[in-house]
Amino acid sequence: MASKTSTTPDTRVSLPGLAIKNPIMTASGTFGYGLEFASFGKLEDLGGIVVKGLSLKPRAGNPMERIAESPCGMLNAIGLQNIGVERFLEEKLPALPHEETAIVANLYACDAAEFGELAQALAADARLAALEVNVSCPNVAAGGQAFGQDPAQAAAVTRAVKDAAGSMPVIVKLSPNVADITMVARAVADAGADMLTCINTLLGMAVDLKTRRPRLANVVGGLSGPAIKPVALRCVWQVSQAVDIPVIGVGGISTAADVLEFILAGAHAVQIGTANFMRPDTVFHIVEELPALMSTYGVTHLDELRGTLQV
Amino acid sequence: MSSKKAPTYMRNIKCQELTVLDVVPFGQTLSEVTHCFALRLENPGWERWRPGQFVMVRHPSFGLELIWGRAFSISRMASSGLSLFIQTYGRGTKRLSESLPGEKVTVWGPLGNGFAVQDKRTLMLAGGIGLAPFLAYAEAHPSPNKLELIFGHRLPLETYPFENAKNLVPEMTARSFHEQTPEDLPKFLEMVDEAVQRYADGGLILACGPTPFLRAIKKMAAEHGAMAQLSLENKMGCGVGACLGCVVTDDKGENVQVCSKGPVFWAHKIEL
Repeated sequence: MASKTSTTPDTRVSLPGLAIKNPIMTASGTFGYGLEFASFGKLEDLGGIVVKGLSLKPRAGNPMERIAESPCGMLNAIGLQNIGVERFLEEKLPALPHEETAIVANLYACDAAEFGELAQALAADARLAALEVNVSCPNVAAGGQAFGQDPAQAAAVTRAVKDAAGSMPVIVKLSPNVADITMVARAVADAGADMLTCINTLLGMAVDLKTRRPRLANVVGGLSGPAIKPVALRCVWQVSQAVDIPVIGVGGISTAADVLEFILAGAHAVQIGTANFMRPDTVFHIVEELPALMSTYGVTHLDELRGTLQV
Repeated sequence: MSSKKAPTYMRNIKCQELTVLDVVPFGQTLSEVTHCFALRLENPGWERWRPGQFVMVRHPSFGLELIWGRAFSISRMASSGLSLFIQTYGRGTKRLSESLPGEKVTVWGPLGNGFAVQDKRTLMLAGGIGLAPFLAYAEAHPSPNKLELIFGHRLPLETYPFENAKNLVPEMTARSFHEQTPEDLPKFLEMVDEAVQRYADGGLILACGPTPFLRAIKKMAAEHGAMAQLSLENKMGCGVGACLGCVVTDDKGENVQVCSKGPVFWAHKIEL
């Protein structure tokens, strides 16, 4: 890494068991396995890449239609289509810049035992920097956000993954589709999670007046994009005050200014999701623009800004 | 450590701002939401591309409101620019139809795989705006005298660049069919079926258009034992294979991305 001078803001972030060069990561499900975006920027410039959610066996996902556009947002009901952990480790991971960028595996399973098995398989690979546990997907029938809506179940899954993960940091991705997100956050933190990601998508739906049918074959799906940014900010603020472990903010972030807003609200790092669809080089532009914007606000290190929101 | 190289299919793709050269309406119709237009953009300077590939386009007015770029076949590529033929259908295409010369739009491409080019008798079957990629295909083909185009349409013929196609490539055979009433559809499909049969023995069939049209051609090709490629029209979120919103089921039962594994597929390799 280039040496820092007093005029160049320091974007480095230190997370439990994980040091990243900048707070910008990509959100699971919005960046493929990383390689899909390799011609739009340097993957090694990113703080982290959270890959498409992985399951033990490949999954075909839900039937079409799976996506719908809404004002300032989109709905998806992909249903965790993925190539499975084995093919990911063999075919995708070797091509990712794991020495320069934190490659985070997002994992999904149907019960706590399966989560443990999957975590064990992934944690054995030193090219991965961390595991992100998906207890909040609104698009799968078994498990999914049901885990994330019940503090006890979320804690059980967290424990199973922590037990299997060894020294690899474990991040738990929380659902906003609960009455009080801090209850789940506390339960997961008490169960040993190293970090939390706030938030997964909001449950929503879209209807087609012409056909009088839902636009998604799954009827309901997860809402993401700029439309959910206020909800994500609120959750990050609430959760970062409720627990002592770092929070990674995600939800509607599409500019460097959005990143700093999330840091101000208490986030240690952020993930860029739907904005990657708006144009495929978005995340690279945000990485590039962040230092200059920090300078504009007189911020030399993100620690100075984090959680300093005056309420 | 050296920069990671993009996978082969991605290395040539760029995301760039291109200047709008002009917007040419084709055959204005009474309803303002059912006309087509040619959007001509400055030459993107790609190293290479293939007919049947597509681009994603965003107008600055999409802002944060319209999330996705819109996917369009490359209709023509010349030193004078990149042409896209677009049917105004929803909010995104309407905003693009209102583009002004000199404005910049964001374009990423060339995306997808493109049609096979083989030196054999080739039948091009186009339904509606599915005509768009065949201009580039016919223009780039080494033996255009071996090409036959059959174009089915519901809007008036002048709504589409059919005459342009004939003028650009006079060596090819081209005919059109205007489907004016629902009773016309069986007649058109009969014409297409007869043509598919003629190309079954040693020919190549390419089709682009609405999914029911492609489904009918897939069935005909299977019945007559013809080799056919279909270019799928599908809603796309990202255009680069990441969002998994545009998948089709292949012959192995796997869901594959239309944007990055297609949009052109061999008819017998997918379920429709």
